[in-house]
Amino acid sequence: MKLSAIDNTRQSRQLNPVDEQLLETIADLHGIPQGAYNIRKNGDLLSRMSSANIEIVSKQDKPGIDVIVKPGTKNESVHIPVLVTASGLHDLVYNTFDIGEGADVLIVAGCGIHNPGASVARHDGIHEFIVRKGAHIRYVEKHYGQGEGTGDRILNPRTIITLEEGASAEVELVQIRGIDSTNRVTEARVGASGRLIISERLLTHGAQHADSLITVELAGDNASAEVLARSVAQDRSKQVFRASLVGKARSRGHVACDSIIMDSAEISSLPELHALHAEAELTHEAAIGKIAGEQLIKLMTMGLTEKEAIDTILAGFLS
Amino acid sequence: MLKLENVTVAASNGDGEELEILNKINLSFETGKMYAITGPNGGGKSSLAKVIMGIYQPAEGRLYLDGKDITSTSITERALMGIGYAFQNPPRFKGLKVKDLLSIAASNRDHGNIERLLRVVGLCPRDYIDREADARLSGGEFKRLEIAMLLARNPRFVIYDEPEAGVDLWTFEQLLGVIAGRHKANASSTTVVITHNERFLRAADEIVLMAEGEVKERGSADAIWPMIEDDIACRWRTTCGGELDEAECYR
Ligand SMILES: Nc1ncnc2c1ncn2[C@@H]1O[C@H](COP(=O)(O)OP(=O)(O)OP(=O)(O)O)[C@@H](O)[C@H]1O
Ligand SMILES: [Mg+2]
Repeated sequence: MKLSAIDNTRQSRQLNPVDEQLLETIADLHGIPQGAYNIRKNGDLLSRMSSANIEIVSKQDKPGIDVIVKPGTKNESVHIPVLVTASGLHDLVYNTFDIGEGADVLIVAGCGIHNPGASVARHDGIHEFIVRKGAHIRYVEKHYGQGEGTGDRILNPRTIITLEEGASAEVELVQIRGIDSTNRVTEARVGASGRLIISERLLTHGAQHADSLITVELAGDNASAEVLARSVAQDRSKQVFRASLVGKARSRGHVACDSIIMDSAEISSLPELHALHAEAELTHEAAIGKIAGEQLIKLMTMGLTEKEAIDTILAGFLS
Repeated sequence: MLKLENVTVAASNGDGEELEILNKINLSFETGKMYAITGPNGGGKSSLAKVIMGIYQPAEGRLYLDGKDITSTSITERALMGIGYAFQNPPRFKGLKVKDLLSIAASNRDHGNIERLLRVVGLCPRDYIDREADARLSGGEFKRLEIAMLLARNPRFVIYDEPEAGVDLWTFEQLLGVIAGRHKANASSTTVVITHNERFLRAADEIVLMAEGEVKERGSADAIWPMIEDDIACRWRTTCGGELDEAECYR
């Protein structure tokens, strides 16, 4: 069954082929998502489904939703894609996720922008997660932009994560091509025995600009965090990556940022460590470099052209 | 047949000076034969492989494959013509898996074949197929993968650069069997093994001895062996500005 069929009560809000393609790119959705979902298009709700254990309700005071996951909910997922297909639209949304004790869920968010016109199409999303005692989430956020229009496609996501005692989160932030300007802020607070892994994948090209600031506070004993960022900057694009770990307890943290720089792009990579406790163990590694010539040559000896070899290396690096 | 005519390769030494790393090489490799190339470190063996593969461009001279001048063809073109090279120190790839590299190498073959190739080089498919081909693979594992990649391509002119390096005692025999066996099974293939290993030298139809960027001797194992025993290579090694005289080679 196609996604357009789920909303047959509201014909005017059916998905068109552009929507379907964006959805597939940002959320790997080919049909109705399993479990709970909320699809937002051009600032309005397009379709929503709660499940027995996951409730989605609109916020009363501002645009956005509350997603409430019952304690102990396992192996369920929530899809909350956002589509922006109109030029001149500034969409702003606040989403709050309350993950009950001991739950284990997958949350897939994503924003696809198809800007057909000359004015800016912009989506600013604020996502707040409260992961309660012993709960686990995997949160995947994909950004993608396209459209024949000349208007900029802008995304400014802000993600706030609180991990209570023994809670854990795997956060995957992906933005491959198409977004002209992004200013991403990610803030996390990891409680005792909590565990956070943030991996970021970014590819900018043309005159794009991407700024990412990640701050992780290791607040409780045995808290741990890993920030693993990989990026590719092509053409004249610019990237600034800052990751700051603040160790306030007996904890461990590691930041690794690895970038490939091409053409006349610019990359700044700034890992920061702040130890406010004698038993905070914090490390970082950062590297920026060209594609290794040896890798290109090796792939060419296997019959690939130089262009195919570059594409293969970048796809692997960002996978 | 692959033929090199007066091939000279120059490289900069880092101080802006050009030095010849291959000097007027004349060599031909006949179809169906297996060759071993040996000689002292820095003698130009890998550079010879690279100029054949198109990785190094000759400053002078020409290369012919079956009579066709391939001197100005690219690496990709040579790969597609059927020239293959297993590197001495293959590069690692972040994010590419063993199966990704093997599928690229095999280009059109199926998955079953990839698993078979891994087994052939002594890597258990179940354990390796999804491993990343990055710095976490061990030296010997990576060397085996490099050979599997070459086998997947199945080139008609194949160069292995020190295939024995880093391969353990227990599977050396298997490796030798794979390389020599593949050669025997393909009457139209030419195999070149750059090696410091006696077993490989003895398995070859012909040995080429290289030193100082030149071919110093070539002939059957029986003809070349006594010269190797004689530490002939020592005499060709640059003698530290004359401090090391020839007599010292025989001490
Ligand atoms: N790209 C290069 N730039 C500068 N010098 C080079 C380059 N490639 C090779 N050389 C030099 O040419 C000489 C021959 O190198 P080559 O790698 O061909 O030796 P080899 O015979 O394969 O040695 P080994 O047995 O140690 O592998 C060495 O002195 C090396 O430093
Ligand atoms: Mg060598």
